[in-house]
Amino acid sequence: MAFQKTFVELCNGIGFQIELLLGTLARLPDLRRRMHSVADILYQGAVQGLHVVLLVGLFIGMIVALQTGIELQRIGQQDQIGTIVAISMAREMGPFITCTILAATMGSSMAAEIGTMAVSDELAALEVLSIDRIKLLVLPRLVAITIAAPLLTILCDSIGIFGGGFVAQAQLHVSSQLYYDSAVEALRDPAHLFPLPKDLYAGLFKSGVFGILIAIIGCSAGLRASGGALGVGKATRAAVRDSIIAIIVANYFITWMLYQQ
Amino acid sequence: MSPDTTERETVIRFRDVHKSFGSQHVLNGLSFEVRRGECLAVMGPSGTGKSVVLRHVIGLLKPDSGAVEVEGSEVSQLARKELSALRRRMGFLFQEGALINWLSVGDNVALPLRENTSMPEPEIRAKVLEKLALVRIPDAWDKMPSEISGGMKKRVGLARALITDPEIVLYDEPNAGLDPEISHSINELIRDVQRELHVTSVVVEHRVRCIKTVADRVLFLEQGRALLDLPPKEFFASDHPRLRQFLGVDPD
Repeated sequence: MAFQKTFVELCNGIGFQIELLLGTLARLPDLRRRMHSVADILYQGAVQGLHVVLLVGLFIGMIVALQTGIELQRIGQQDQIGTIVAISMAREMGPFITCTILAATMGSSMAAEIGTMAVSDELAALEVLSIDRIKLLVLPRLVAITIAAPLLTILCDSIGIFGGGFVAQAQLHVSSQLYYDSAVEALRDPAHLFPLPKDLYAGLFKSGVFGILIAIIGCSAGLRASGGALGVGKATRAAVRDSIIAIIVANYFITWMLYQQ
Repeated sequence: MSPDTTERETVIRFRDVHKSFGSQHVLNGLSFEVRRGECLAVMGPSGTGKSVVLRHVIGLLKPDSGAVEVEGSEVSQLARKELSALRRRMGFLFQEGALINWLSVGDNVALPLRENTSMPEPEIRAKVLEKLALVRIPDAWDKMPSEISGGMKKRVGLARALITDPEIVLYDEPNAGLDPEISHSINELIRDVQRELHVTSVVVEHRVRCIKTVADRVLFLEQGRALLDLPPKEFFASDHPRLRQFLGVDPD
């Protein structure tokens, strides 16, 4: 019975999220009126969280370089470090790390802000005033994070490659010229559809999708919150947990879609 | 006060309304009517479904059985657009004001006009200032909800409820959390709004002083049903044992 109840709740939750996504996309023509809100959310979420992405991205690049570099050095292939760091960052680590940070920062604040509105009757007030809460609350958040995620991913990729270069030079004694040449060469593989390096656009596409998932999961957790401060805490926790799960699952399927031979 | 309200048309009608939340039966066959221009006070112990009554009127809740009619339409049967249109004719003052916490006082009051109408900004501004003056806070535009007192939040909430010039205004415990002095000024404000704008009002409240100031009729709820429905003078003079017991422990 407990399993059945959980399964029904899960289906209800996913149904609500799909409906919310479609409802938000249908309201995109209203975006012009919401640019001020989008800019506010972008500033609060992306600009104020920039240092976290940069710091984590730097260390991730350093870790990847160190982990792979030691093994490559053993077989005398350390000139490949640049290739491995660049591809890992662009394809996988950049979007994944950036969006995990965004899930924990922007996603949690979406759930907490909207959840607090739900438990303090503010959402009921919007309903009573016949104000469309998706237009007012969800649309600007979805657009802001979908802009923020790829932009921050580019920065995370870049600083990660830089961090890897630092480790390659200082600890593995690979010349920075060699490192950056191999990194640039690795990302040169063009895509079929766009004149952009495939690994770069694949990573940016991923982060855009992850951004949409974070916004929809965060906003729907907030909209469905009930039961005072405890309910807001529960919604915030669920938003971060579910966003990270969704990012990982979506990551596999996007990778499979883009890279299957 | 309006002594002739019995001859006016019915604006709100509850017919044998039942509502449960899980195993808790909150409304148990509630029936009453509110006529145009009248101010009905709904009184009763906590947990008897007073706020639930208001939420049925504005369509935030649907009855399990029975019917809630507003302006001749059954609220739970209305399509989304019709319900929106009906809600625009109603104002609702929430217990804590329910102001949007990231918008200033002025922007809170302006929100329904900005979102739902194509009114030019200068006209919106003028209308908001008019409503802020009506609730006696003409200079509060730039204040944020976190910076203002409970009484002021209720005034802003009332200004926002009145911004669309509603014909029906619903008040959910307007005195809750306020000291006697501020409560008195809010009660006078409700009475003045009633007199100046000729609206139909339902006030959920258990403070005697508030009811004596604003009500034309008092409905006493007990276990989800109407136990008494009388004008204030007769209501407070009634020797009904349950009412005497309730008023005996009332702080007012």
